[in-house]
Amino acid sequence: MFDGYTSSELTAIFAMQGFAGLSLFSVYVLMALGLAIIFGQMGVINMAHGEFMILGAYVTYLVSILFAEYMPALFGIYFFIAMILAFIASGLLGMFVEWAMIRHLYKRPLDTLLATWGLSLILQQIYRSTFGAREVGVSIPDWMMGSIAVTDLVEIPINGLFVMAVTIIIATSVGVMMYRSLWGRQVRAVVQNRTMAGAVGIDTGRTDRLTFGIGCGIAGVAGSAFTMIGSTGPTAGQLYIVDTFLVVVFGGAASLLGTIASAFTISQTQSILEFFISGSMAKVLTLLTVVGILMLRPQGLFSLKLRK
Amino acid sequence: MSDVSTPDPRQSRLFTASELLGYLVLAAVIFIVLPSVLDAFRLNLFGKYLSYAFVAIGLVLCWGVGGILSLGQGVFFGLGGYCMAMFLKLEASTPENTSIQSTPGIPDFMDWNQLTELPWWWVPFNSLTFTVVAIVVVPVILAFIIGFAMFTRRVGGVYFAIITQAIAAIATILIIGQQGFTGGVNGITDLRTLMGWDIRPDSAKTALYFVNGVLLFAVLFVAHMILKSKAGRLMIAIRDREDRVRFSGYNVANFKIFVFCAGAAFAAIGGAMFTLQVGFISPTLVGIVPSIYMVIFCAVGGRLSLLGAVYGALLVNWAQTTFSESFPELWLLAMGALFIAVVMAFPLGLAGLYDDYLKRHIDRLLAPVDRMMMRRAARKTSPKAPAPTAQAAE
Amino acid sequence: MTKRPESETSTTGPSRRGVLMGATAAAMTASLFTPKTLRAADFPTAEVNTTGLAVTDDAVTIGILHSITGTMSISETGSVQAEKLAIEQINAQGGILGRKIEYIQEDGASDWPTFAEKSRKLLVQDKVASVMGCWTSASRKAVLPVFEQHNGFLYYPTFYEGLEQSPNVIYTGQEATQQIIAGLDWVAREKGAETFYLLGSDYIWPRTSNKIARKHIENFLGKRVLGEEYYPLGHTQFNSVINKIRLRKPDVIYAIVVGGSNVAFYKQLKAAGIDMTEEKPLLLTISVTEDEIRGIGGENIEGAYACMKYFQSLDNENNIEFVKAFKEMWGDDMVIGDVTQAAYLGPWLYKAAVEKAGSFDVDKVREASPGIELDTAPEGYVKVHENHHLWSKTRVGRAQADGQYDVVFETADLVEPDPFPEGYQ
Repeated sequence: MFDGYTSSELTAIFAMQGFAGLSLFSVYVLMALGLAIIFGQMGVINMAHGEFMILGAYVTYLVSILFAEYMPALFGIYFFIAMILAFIASGLLGMFVEWAMIRHLYKRPLDTLLATWGLSLILQQIYRSTFGAREVGVSIPDWMMGSIAVTDLVEIPINGLFVMAVTIIIATSVGVMMYRSLWGRQVRAVVQNRTMAGAVGIDTGRTDRLTFGIGCGIAGVAGSAFTMIGSTGPTAGQLYIVDTFLVVVFGGAASLLGTIASAFTISQTQSILEFFISGSMAKVLTLLTVVGILMLRPQGLFSLKLRK
Repeated sequence: MSDVSTPDPRQSRLFTASELLGYLVLAAVIFIVLPSVLDAFRLNLFGKYLSYAFVAIGLVLCWGVGGILSLGQGVFFGLGGYCMAMFLKLEASTPENTSIQSTPGIPDFMDWNQLTELPWWWVPFNSLTFTVVAIVVVPVILAFIIGFAMFTRRVGGVYFAIITQAIAAIATILIIGQQGFTGGVNGITDLRTLMGWDIRPDSAKTALYFVNGVLLFAVLFVAHMILKSKAGRLMIAIRDREDRVRFSGYNVANFKIFVFCAGAAFAAIGGAMFTLQVGFISPTLVGIVPSIYMVIFCAVGGRLSLLGAVYGALLVNWAQTTFSESFPELWLLAMGALFIAVVMAFPLGLAGLYDDYLKRHIDRLLAPVDRMMMRRAARKTSPKAPAPTAQAAE
Repeated sequence: MTKRPESETSTTGPSRRGVLMGATAAAMTASLFTPKTLRAADFPTAEVNTTGLAVTDDAVTIGILHSITGTMSISETGSVQAEKLAIEQINAQGGILGRKIEYIQEDGASDWPTFAEKSRKLLVQDKVASVMGCWTSASRKAVLPVFEQHNGFLYYPTFYEGLEQSPNVIYTGQEATQQIIAGLDWVAREKGAETFYLLGSDYIWPRTSNKIARKHIENFLGKRVLGEEYYPLGHTQFNSVINKIRLRKPDVIYAIVVGGSNVAFYKQLKAAGIDMTEEKPLLLTISVTEDEIRGIGGENIEGAYACMKYFQSLDNENNIEFVKAFKEMWGDDMVIGDVTQAAYLGPWLYKAAVEKAGSFDVDKVREASPGIELDTAPEGYVKVHENHHLWSKTRVGRAQADGQYDVVFETADLVEPDPFPEGYQ
């Protein structure tokens, strides 16, 4: 299939394809980080993860309208404010949900799946009643929608770079919080031994609520960032849920590093396959590979040594 | 529980009086009450709901008893449905019916996708016998492969749920992508006759409803036998303390594979009945969303109760139909609230409510019957069967 | 002759004259502007409804069956709105045979078995006289046996893949050849396109449409297809295919991506530096209406071409009235796409057919349907073909930053619907 192309053209294509793989990678990481925290650290299966993402997207939409209406001069930077607000909105909703629902279900992890599925139905309907059944168009500041021409042939999309930057920032701050902050120590303590953690004076209830809130907040930021590359509608959240869970499980649930490694593996596999075969089959092959490996190595790529 | 009549589960009598009553009531509901109060259209709808009940029964075994939550039951339901649909489609695609196609005699969607002959793996589905066998065997083989790979490596709980979910996603994409062979998103539609018998008129649908009911009881009976068998009791032990069972020398994986395969077979029978009653099968019944709904039928009915699962499937589907007819814009809210309420407030579902509030009274009423049954059983089996003791049932 | 917009004067549909002369009920031709009020008393219920449909002395009940929840609600909402608008307008003119239209709306929930269940409910329990409904091919395939079994009558609004002709359905959208061939001819003729790259979501409509497009490109135009690709419904990552397109350098990207994937595809195309206003490559789609552009954002699709039969920007009196009425009813921020307009035709075609037949009986309405003409359709003059599809024009529009299309081409004549095209199978 490469006949008749000059080597510079081929180099350019491979460079851009590599970049496509990297931006898919950052999309996966961003989707999965929030879930990795909630599922990996708390064992809660949050089927409403996609809906928390879409909440972030709708917040971005509202902020964009506000800025276009009242502060058109600042429209170019509204996105940063939108992301912060998306984090807060999804985080608060997450904390509320944890308080009202999830904390009663910690002993029954499979039941959280059903309850959060119910929650996702309710959220979808609320979005539909509030914003209408149609997709909303989030206008993105012009500077974020173009591309940088590196050479004549290689063009790098700015929104891809932006998503990557957001991913790096979020992933780093989660890493720092997890391993350097008091909250992180408390979370890890609670994960390893809830009773003991409680006994040494950690407010496990508060830790749980905060963890769930932060996980949902990150989902909100992801949703906000995805308005640049995807659609915003009441049911758009469901598009992400399977991929997200697979990334987390494939990585080994309790390991953030594992999540990143698995996002990298899956995104590169899919991106390379997509280049050589049709998109549908690439997706099937990727999923099959992941499931196949999981059958051989059920604990995922990285696993925390834990006594259960 | 101090009730003297509470039977000792170790006695493993096939039915207690209250279980028997439960089955009789369900039989009355399915075979007498529903057909006499519903018109043909509504009865057909309930037939559709009952085809989901097969899946829910399988889930009681896998999830309630075995602790294995599968989010991929839609795959088995779909496989059963697709096997049935392939047979019906071949029967409907006679050269006369399809004379306008460029290749008459093959299903219409194949013709649209430029296939010029029937794929080899469609050919055996010309035979009803093969189809009936395939409906059960194909899903069981798949379940065995999945179960063998996962359970021998001790994958369980949440991981199993998510992997089966991924399998459901793969199955959907695969079916949609291979539309020349599977009918794609549309599914296999326009099914007409079964061995020359038109399945579309109301009379046929009513007949199918009763066939469905009989099959449901057959499946209920098998599931009941499994529960009452040694395997059933071991499954409960595995769910509660897997390590101890393993240390006692049992091969835990084999038991799990067994119930998972049984669940798959039940789901597949349901799928085949679905195809017959609804008249088509499509990938929307295979994916993640229907699979989760199937779990919810089971959860609402009560994950520990076979009968509960049947009522759960009926109730949720009926509620969905009713809500969506009366409040089409808001029914999702009602459904969402129902799921949350069931999980939060009634984790054992309808069956749990029954156990908490009704069972005591019914057991007391039935006590004489129970004693009589037990005496008779005792006489029949061995003269020195122990008398029922006051030992707690739990 | 009733009033007709100027753009239609060149109409020379092969059998129009014949239909007009042959139609004993030419006076029945429906018109928004010259309403003829029929009185129900002149049409006793016992005579116009001999099969027990839900028709009373002052009302006729029809069904509306679309997804208002689930993923398809994004697309189907517009159709529901258009149908309700048409019903309200018809009622304001006195209804059908003097009877007000009442409707029962059911939710197909984007789930094909639900569509089958609800359609059976509408036909068997509610005995509706006709149904406006369905959107995806899959939902239509699911309800089709129900309509044929219970002899219902469905008005189906979506452009679709063809290969079907049911006595119980009137297809108010285009079948595939009506939408594809004229557009490809245009792009080959006017833009000198030599090479094409076909792309679509993975289901029957894009696949069948691309099949027809490929046959037309290769066998009739003598041009080349460089690649053909499908992505799962709901796919959101298109960077790889965009790179493949760069590698192959086609003159035309022929895109049939649908739903949420659309938004992702165009945003990523724009971000990858493929500026569609430069037409290198040119993008031609048959799946993006004004409705979709709302989600995509006009600035992200500016310069792309779409091949449809209707655009909101069509400049004729019918359409100006229609757009105004639609916005009055549903809000100023509404946009109207091709399918929305086709859905709007449903109740009007039904009214015309019933009044021509002088009866609500499905068999008589079916018999009366071929030859029905609408002078008042927003897309211009349309006519029902013997094969239950509509004669209609094909138009090419160019997307503008404001989310509207600028019509750059329309066929001189109505295009004959051909659901089973010879040479394209």
